[in-house]
Formats: sequence, C-alpha cells, structure tokens
Amino acid sequence: MTSAGLDPPPRVEARGLARRFGPVIALDAADLDVRPGSVHALLGENGAGKSTLAKCLVGALAADRGRIVVDGRDVTLRHPRDAHALGLGMVWQHFSLVPCLTVLENLVLARPDAPRWIDWRHERAALDAFLEDVPLRIDPGARVADLAAGEKQRVEVVRQLRLGHRVLFLDEPTSVLTPQEADALLGRLRALADAGRISVVLTTHKLDEVIAHATHVTVLRRGRVVADAPLDRTIDAATLATWMVGHAPPSVARPAPRDARQPARLSIRALRVARAAGGPPVAIDALDVHAGEIVGVAGVSGNGQRELVEALCGQRSVDQGAIDVDARPWRADRASMRAARFGCVPESPLANATAPDMALADNLVLRVFDRAPIASRTGRVRRDALRASAQALAARFAVQSGALGRAIATLSGGNVQRAVLGRELVDDTRLLVAVNPAFGLDVGAAADVRRRLVELRATGCAVLLVSEDLDELITLSDRIVVMFEGRVVLSTLGVEADRQALGLAMAGHSAIASARADN
Amino acid sequence: MSDPGLWALPLALAGGALRAATPYLFVSLGECLTEKSGRINVGVEGILLVGAMSAFGAAWATGSPWAGIAAAAAAGAAMGALHGALCSLARVSHVAAGVAILVLGTGIAFFAGKPFIEPQAPTLPAIELGAWSSHPAVASALRLNPLLALGVVLAFGMRAAFRRARVGLAVIAVGDDAAAATAMGLHVDRTRLAATTLGGALAGIGGASLSLFHPTGWSEAISGGQGLMAMALVIFARWDPVRCLGAALLFGAAGALAPALQAAGHGHAWQLLHLAPHALTLAILVTGTTRARAMRGLPGELAVLR
Ligand SMILES: Nc1ncnc2c1ncn2[C@@H]1O[C@H](COP(=O)(O)OP(=O)(O)OP(=O)(O)O)[C@@H](O)[C@H]1O
Ligand SMILES: [Mg+2]
Repeated sequence: MTSAGLDPPPRVEARGLARRFGPVIALDAADLDVRPGSVHALLGENGAGKSTLAKCLVGALAADRGRIVVDGRDVTLRHPRDAHALGLGMVWQHFSLVPCLTVLENLVLARPDAPRWIDWRHERAALDAFLEDVPLRIDPGARVADLAAGEKQRVEVVRQLRLGHRVLFLDEPTSVLTPQEADALLGRLRALADAGRISVVLTTHKLDEVIAHATHVTVLRRGRVVADAPLDRTIDAATLATWMVGHAPPSVARPAPRDARQPARLSIRALRVARAAGGPPVAIDALDVHAGEIVGVAGVSGNGQRELVEALCGQRSVDQGAIDVDARPWRADRASMRAARFGCVPESPLANATAPDMALADNLVLRVFDRAPIASRTGRVRRDALRASAQALAARFAVQSGALGRAIATLSGGNVQRAVLGRELVDDTRLLVAVNPAFGLDVGAAADVRRRLVELRATGCAVLLVSEDLDELITLSDRIVVMFEGRVVLSTLGVEADRQALGLAMAGHSAIASARADN
Repeated sequence: MSDPGLWALPLALAGGALRAATPYLFVSLGECLTEKSGRINVGVEGILLVGAMSAFGAAWATGSPWAGIAAAAAAGAAMGALHGALCSLARVSHVAAGVAILVLGTGIAFFAGKPFIEPQAPTLPAIELGAWSSHPAVASALRLNPLLALGVVLAFGMRAAFRRARVGLAVIAVGDDAAAATAMGLHVDRTRLAATTLGGALAGIGGASLSLFHPTGWSEAISGGQGLMAMALVIFARWDPVRCLGAALLFGAAGALAPALQAAGHGHAWQLLHLAPHALTLAILVTGTTRARAMRGLPGELAVLR
C-alpha cells in the first residue's frame, strides 16, 4: 500500500449521465468535471439526483446513458471494484463500518488484498506509519460500535485513502457530525486536496460548509445541472440557495417574544438518567418548557441530549427525579402521549421513529391508525382511509410522491425526515420534542420546518428543540440551554444569546459564565 | 485414590461430560458458525438426526466408521445448504425455514433409518486416556470419543479463525452488518451460504458422534433434543467457539448427573434429574435473554434474537 501522496488524483468527468428509477427521472443528462485537487460541492434539493450521480461515478449504480471519462479515457464502471481500480471511492451516507469489529479490523478487511491469515501486529504498525502521513486522527484499537459519528466518519475517510483512492465521493458526510467535527473534517480534506493529493466530491445541504471549504460547486435541479462554477468571493450562501431552488429561500424570522408567561407544560425536576455509553449521567435540576415557548437545547452531541430525549419519549427509564407534563407525572405511554398531544422527532428517525420495513403510508399513520376514521369500530383498519390520511400527512412536508407503498427504509434520509415531521408536527400538537428537525433537508424544506415550529409555538405548543445548529437555535428559541456532560451548564434568553458564550459552554468552559436567565 | 467409591460421582460426571459433550460440541460449533454469519438454523436437531442415521447406515454398509462420518458430514452439509438457499430467498423467515429443516430432517432420518434399528455397525475406536489407571471406572470414564479431540481442535481453530483469518472476519462482518459488509465488497449471500452449509456439516458430524460411539446404534430417540439444547448453548457461550467447548462439557455433565447418581445408589430422584440438561437450557435462556450484558457478542443481523 503506497502513501496517499505519490500520484495525483485523476480527472473525473461525467458527460450526459442519465438514470431513471421506473417513472422517476433521477438524473437527466448531468455533466460534472472533477479536476485534480479540487473540492467539488454537489448541491441540490432533496431528490435532485446528487446521490445518484455520485453512485454512478463509483460504480455502485449503472447509468442508463452517458459517459464517464477518467483522465481522458472512457471507462465503464460496472462494480465498485472497477472504480476502486481507477482510484475512485465513496464514503456512504450511512456508515459502512462493521460495528462489532475494531477500526483496524475494518480497515484491513476492506482491502481486496488483505492476507488470508492476518498478522495484527504487522497491520497495526503499517497503519500507524500510514497515519503519520495523513492528518486524520483515529484509534485503531477501538470498536466501531463505541465510536462517535465524527470518529466513524474519519475512519471512513482513512479507509478510502488506505485503499489508495484519490477521488473521494462523500455523500452528506457532515450530516451526522457536529459543526466542529464537520469543520475539522472538511478542513483536513481541503488541506489534502490543496496539496494535490486527492480530489473530493461532496454533497451537503449546509451552504456555509460549501462556502468555507469547497473550490467548485455544481448545482443539480431535478436531475439536471443548473449551475457549475468555481467558488469565488462573489458567491455567497444566498446565491447558492437561489441556484438550488430557483428563487431565494424565505428566511424565517425570529418569533416575537411572548409577553405573559404561560403555564409550564413540561417540567423537569432533579432528573437523573443513566447514559448509554457510560459517562456521567444526565443530571438536570430544573428545566421547564412553557406553552407557546421554544426552548433550545444546544450542545455537542453525546452530552446527554439523546438520553434526555429518550427519557421524555419513554425509551429510557428515569433513575431519579420527576418529569411532569401539565403538572402531572409523565408516563410516556400511548394514552398519555395522546392525551398530552405529544409529538417527538428523535435523532436518527429511521431507527427511532419508524418501523423501517413497513410501508411509508403505514409509518405515516402510526399515531392515528387505531382511531376513526382509519379504525372501524370493530378494530378493522380501513385501507382507503389509511391511504387518504397518509397522503395528507405526506403532503405536509412534500414527502416523495408515489412512495407510499414502499418500505420507508428505502427512502432517502431527507424523505424519512419529512415523513416523520409530517406525522409529528400536526396542527394540534401541544408538546413537541424535536431533535435536529432540519436534518438532511435542503434549504427550502429546512425553512419550511422552521416556519412550522414557529407556527406551532404561536398556537401555544411547547417545543423542546434539541439541535446542533446554533443558528437555528438562536433564530427560533425563546430560551437556550447548553448541555455539557449531562448537565445544563448555561441558560440564556434567545434574544440575548451570544454565539461565543454558547460555544464556550458547549466546550465545557462555562463554570463562571452561567448567566442564568429566569427559570 | 485407591478407593474409587468416594470418587465415583465426580468420575462418572467427568466421564459423562466427556462422553456426552461431543454431539453438543459439534452442533453448537456449527450453529455458532451459522449464527455468526447472521443466520439462525433452528433445524439443527433434524440435521443431527440425519447425521446420526446416515453415519450409522454408511458405516454399516461399508464397514468403516470413517465412511460413516463422511456420510454424516455430507448429509449435514446438504441440509445446511438447503437451509441457506431457503434463507437467501426474499421474504423467507429464517426461523420458519429452520422449522421446515427440522421436520424434514426428522422425517428423512426416521424413514430412511427404519432398516438400521436392528443391526450393529462398526464403531469409532476410542482414545484410551485412562489406560494408565488400574481402576476400570477411571479407565472407562477416560475412554474418549476421537471426535471429541477433533472438536476441541476445531473449537480453538474456529476461535483463531474468527480473530485472525480473513474468512473468519468476513463471516463476522456479514453477520453483524450486511449493508456494511456489502459496501466492503464482501459477498453476503455467498458467505452466509458457505457458513450455513459448513454449520450443517458440523451438526451432521455431531450426529455421527452419537451413533458411531459407544453405546452405538441407531434409534429414533437417539438425540433426545440435544440439537435444540445446543442452540441455547451457543447463546450461553456468547458466540465464542471455545466457550462452546466449555458449555458442551457442562451440558454433558448435566446429562450424566442422573445416570451417575443412579449408579452410585442414590436412585430416588433420578427420574427428575434426567431433566437437568433441559432445566439448564431453560435457565440459560431466561438469564441469557433478559440481561443486556449476556447479549454481548450477538451478531447484529440476528434480528430474531433481539
Ligand atoms: N433505488 C431507488 N429506487 C427508486 N427511486 C430512487 C432510488 N434511488 C433514488 N431514487 C429516486 O431518484 C431521485 C433522486 O434521488 P437521489 O438520492 O439521487 O437524491 P438526492 O439529491 O441525493 O437527495 P437527498 O438530498 O434527499 O439525499 C429521487 O426522487 C429518489 O426518490
Ligand atoms: Mg442523497
């Protein structure tokens, strides 16, 4: 295995690539030119064809028409192996590491030339030597299941480099990363690209990342390239957004502060919840969410937000303390959720909020299928009523039409997110827990979701908004709390929120800065 | 140790463990391999019976116990491959397919085994580890089934393979996360088919160890549910081949408890003690599936056990 620096990456061009899925035209004669050493951002709305284009270029999907040209030669990529031979590789949107194996085992097993009988000491030494040359820190001995998302992402990138790949396709690599992790990863990749050692093609919905780290940008709309340009200072996020959706996306205005304090709908007292991966338990002394209020929870992921949300949704048992909803102890069962008109959009909604192998339609009606009009009085499910309800819910956030009968697990991440939003953000929701609600959504849809949250707030819904997007929190929240190592270390009014202070608190430097807002 | 009286019970238990462990060991190693690859085969009891029957028949027909083992392995492999092929069809439940294999194997074994109920077939030569002792009890307790020795080597070999061989890691990978394994360029279906086939062959050899070693012979009651208990044993061993060996010895000893007490003259409760292996199975299933800790090592794709 040679070091990542010897030969420069090849130039990769797509010319008129087209691909249909049944009636859906995913790609419609798309062109892409990835020059050596560039960081090429691929932008577009959900369903624009970004993933499809990338998959075609790494041999994971066959194009119906069009050519792929590598260093001036036409190539056919029938299998990822063919792409591998040319130095092209993909980091998938969903992690493709085997959880029960260690990082080192994963890296070795991924190599086509892995020896039949593996000398782990030798492999470890070889990897350590390789890593000296690559600015990505990973722990070869750690089990993948124990890694945070950012670490896994680094391992994925190291694996690509280790396989000798020079052109890296990354499909929404930062969607599972915290902003800090994302910045670090893209910065490293950009440095490698600037040194002429790799080219990077990445899809993302985060325009700031594109501005900060990309050298070129190609925008797809409904399978066609609508813009293609080197990134210079004249291009800002608004320009990119306009290219993507054809018009400037509506901005969501900060909701007007509410004058009179409504009663607390959700009230947490002296809560103790054990953490999944060990670590200090969630320990929250007091946290209230009032009717007509959005309380934002900031924090680097893995600081107890997940356990807090799981406890609220009944997925994790509470060790001590009280969670009250409407001044009554909260039992997160179906009956109380219905009585409280509770909605929840958890992280990784496919795993946490859907039955993955069931149809999209069935998943959409999970909250209402046992009531009229879907359920008859004898308990029979009326399929036509189910379909009608599902259709209505799907329309709220424009879930891909025509997919109602497909297993929800086969939908793109953005579409799964839309489906869960459509189900949980119904009009009569009175208490909502939402984690990264705009996850995987394009700018237009993300704005829709945020507007919806503000609408719900205006109708008196209490919203606990857990997010890794500080801008989102600052724009939407009446109050923001920062979680660090399971505790609330900072609580501030949304209007007074200061990015710097929040950032410091998220990093754990806040013992003094606890400018506690009322509460 | 001049008086074996005091030692009779532990000796009998040890002897029983060594004698009865062999079928448990092979079936559980086979099942371990199958499950590591992300499949479950609940039909191993049927494969065990087919193995026992075909081993006996082939040994009887050819006069060689080794031919019997080969026949049992081949028959087991065929059953395992059938299970693997069924499972790789879309929308086929692994458990339902396994039940089909169980019923099919039992049927084949009982039907084709009818002519073998009477005759005697050649038996495997014993490894006489107890030859040094003048006590017949010691000597008989340490008469080892040669297949046990093979099984021990296999258990350590499999553990080494799961840790250090590319194929071993590949089996673990396809069993833990099929999508990730595919993305790594591994062939999920092919690997699983191979693992299931090999697992079937091992279960077949487990059957041979029943019918070709003292007391030999083919009868329809030969397995007594050992194939089913071996599945619990795999959970107990947390999918580790060497722990399968320990667990097989434990199950063997549990099975020897009743006869040993009976022989030692404590005959009253022996009927009840025949239940020992079954009780052990139940205890393992209860403790093993309720505590998260015991589920460590569970292959991620074995959704039926989650
Ligand atoms: N395997 C598939 N079967 C059917 N339709 C598919 C398949 N893969 C993609 N599509 C459809 O093709 C279109 C383009 O999908 P693609 O995944 O390329 O979009 P994307 O730009 O990556 O979107 P997102 O931002 O949501 O990831 C979508 O309408 C999608 O539903
Ligand atoms: Mg995509």
